[in-house]
Amino acid sequence: MTMRIRALARSLVLDPLRVIRRNKMGFAGFLVLSFILLLSIVGPLFIPLDTKTKIDQIYNPPSWKHILGTDSQGRDIFSQIVHGGKDVLLVAFLSSAISSMIAVTFGSLSAFLGGRFDSLIMTVTDIMLTIPHFPLLSVLAAFVKFTSPVMLAVLLGLLAWPGFLRALRAQVLSLKERDYVQAARVLDLGLGHIIFREIMPNMMAYIAIAFILGMTGAVYSQVGLIMLGLVPFSGHNWGVMINLAWTRGAIFYSGSMSYILAPIAMIALFQWSMVAFTRSLEEVFNPRLRMGQ
Amino acid sequence: MARQMREIIWRTIRAISTSVLFTRLAKGVMTVFVVMTLTFFIIRLMPSNPIEIYINQLVSQYGMSFQEAKNMAASLFSIDMDAPLYVQYFSYLGNLFRGDLGKSFLSQGTPVSSMIAQFLPWTLFSVGVSLLISFSLGIFLGMTMAYRRGGILDNSLSTFASFVSSIPNYLVGILFLVFLGVRWKIVPIMAMRGSTSPGIQPGFTITFVKDVFFHATMPILTYVTTAIGGWMLTMKNSTVSALGEDYVTVAKARGLRERTITVSYVGRNAILPLFTSLAISIGFIIGGSPLIESIFVYKGIGWVLWSSISTRDYPVMQGVFLVITISVVMANILADLLYSKLDPRIKAGQG
Repeated sequence: MTMRIRALARSLVLDPLRVIRRNKMGFAGFLVLSFILLLSIVGPLFIPLDTKTKIDQIYNPPSWKHILGTDSQGRDIFSQIVHGGKDVLLVAFLSSAISSMIAVTFGSLSAFLGGRFDSLIMTVTDIMLTIPHFPLLSVLAAFVKFTSPVMLAVLLGLLAWPGFLRALRAQVLSLKERDYVQAARVLDLGLGHIIFREIMPNMMAYIAIAFILGMTGAVYSQVGLIMLGLVPFSGHNWGVMINLAWTRGAIFYSGSMSYILAPIAMIALFQWSMVAFTRSLEEVFNPRLRMGQ
Repeated sequence: MARQMREIIWRTIRAISTSVLFTRLAKGVMTVFVVMTLTFFIIRLMPSNPIEIYINQLVSQYGMSFQEAKNMAASLFSIDMDAPLYVQYFSYLGNLFRGDLGKSFLSQGTPVSSMIAQFLPWTLFSVGVSLLISFSLGIFLGMTMAYRRGGILDNSLSTFASFVSSIPNYLVGILFLVFLGVRWKIVPIMAMRGSTSPGIQPGFTITFVKDVFFHATMPILTYVTTAIGGWMLTMKNSTVSALGEDYVTVAKARGLRERTITVSYVGRNAILPLFTSLAISIGFIIGGSPLIESIFVYKGIGWVLWSSISTRDYPVMQGVFLVITISVVMANILADLLYSKLDPRIKAGQG
């Protein structure tokens, strides 16, 4: 029994970890990503948010008390960074989950059913892919009041699937012709079984990577909309911090550099760590790549 | 005779309808049509749509009668509001096809089409120049990296490329503004605002061309910095796989000049896959222009979109969105045609 648990632990945790460490860039991405997740999810439990306005401490430079200095109202910037990640992460995760679900379901159905259904789905996908996302989102933001992050995530997710769907359909089309899938079809195991039991396990890498890249896309649109002031989020959020620093002219005070640079650095690191981490994921799921290095 | 004629006509129609150009054009037209319909429904049918808001505003603020306000709104949007909805829809489409995009709310009476004619060229210019620079420079660097893979140059450029291509371009823009413009004062950020300096005479003079590039410097720098990483990495991968192809080995065995092999055997085949991402990249860059242009106050179409949204100038918003979509669609078609011209295998008619 303990042997089996140990074997399971090795195949699920230790082996992937070892592979992750093999790719330097991927491992760095993994570490940074873990740090950001830890800081944003666990950090708020230990570090209280500083909300008190202190007029005598406006734009203080970094010190031991405030390691990133203070903002235009004398509040601690570090505590805002710790609390500002949750919503960004939530919107990214939720929106990518929604768009991945749409892409996987309709992409594989489209590849399997073919014919009219396929060409209908592909036409809709091509049209959605061409409409420039960011302008569409900003026009919509003029009509819909995005008061909650969840609402924004749902909208982002409903628009972000076309690229993923195309790539996934192409993958399924090539997997469909493999022997084991043909065998399952001959055995008449049903479309659900073939898609979820035979094809999906072979595409987990692909889906995981596309999911993470989808998250980076959602961060781009989300923070962009907030920065332009088109999504009136209140509360603490890296995007809101950039927007406030921007509109209050923080870029012109030398003491306030960290107020605008800290959230920019967090978002930049978050985006980079996700992209870098996908390198390792490629190797975890695709053993052939490991040989090359 | 007549049957033969019909046969020929049919064959021609079939050939045209399956050709790459036709399917691309058809999809493009459909995309524009979808966006037109979407904006119509947003403007006309959403609860508390802009026409209603505008009428209420006129009535409450300027003391107009409801009918007067309605006429005013109708003339600004070029919509006859008493007609049945489908008639309104078709007349709206008809207006768009005639280039009548309505009139601006704020600068009263300025036709949206003339605003677009004034601002669109600057976006097309800055985005076009950036794409040209980042694409050609990226291809060059990518090939160099592939030929020297594993070396210091390759490693440092790869790290740079993967970092720069994953950061949102508007954040890079802010960083440029903060450091180049404010902290180190290398770039006169305030003088660079706008698309040209006030009072300059447009024309093919050196002063004008210099001024145009001066004002577009920061947006172009930002677009190039953020787009080049992707091209470098894709070109590197694609060159590495082209180098392993049999025809390269054969070309080497035949004793062809190294240069010939690099350019016409490896280079040509390695570039092909990049053209498929060119279309996506164009859409992404034009789509991101509201962010970049509002950061640097570069007065192109993206800046107009942002300012019309923040001032709730609905006719401008709708017209600009439509024109941005049309530009992306045309750029897509262009990239596809270029691709099919370069790759003889595509000509067979596989969409």
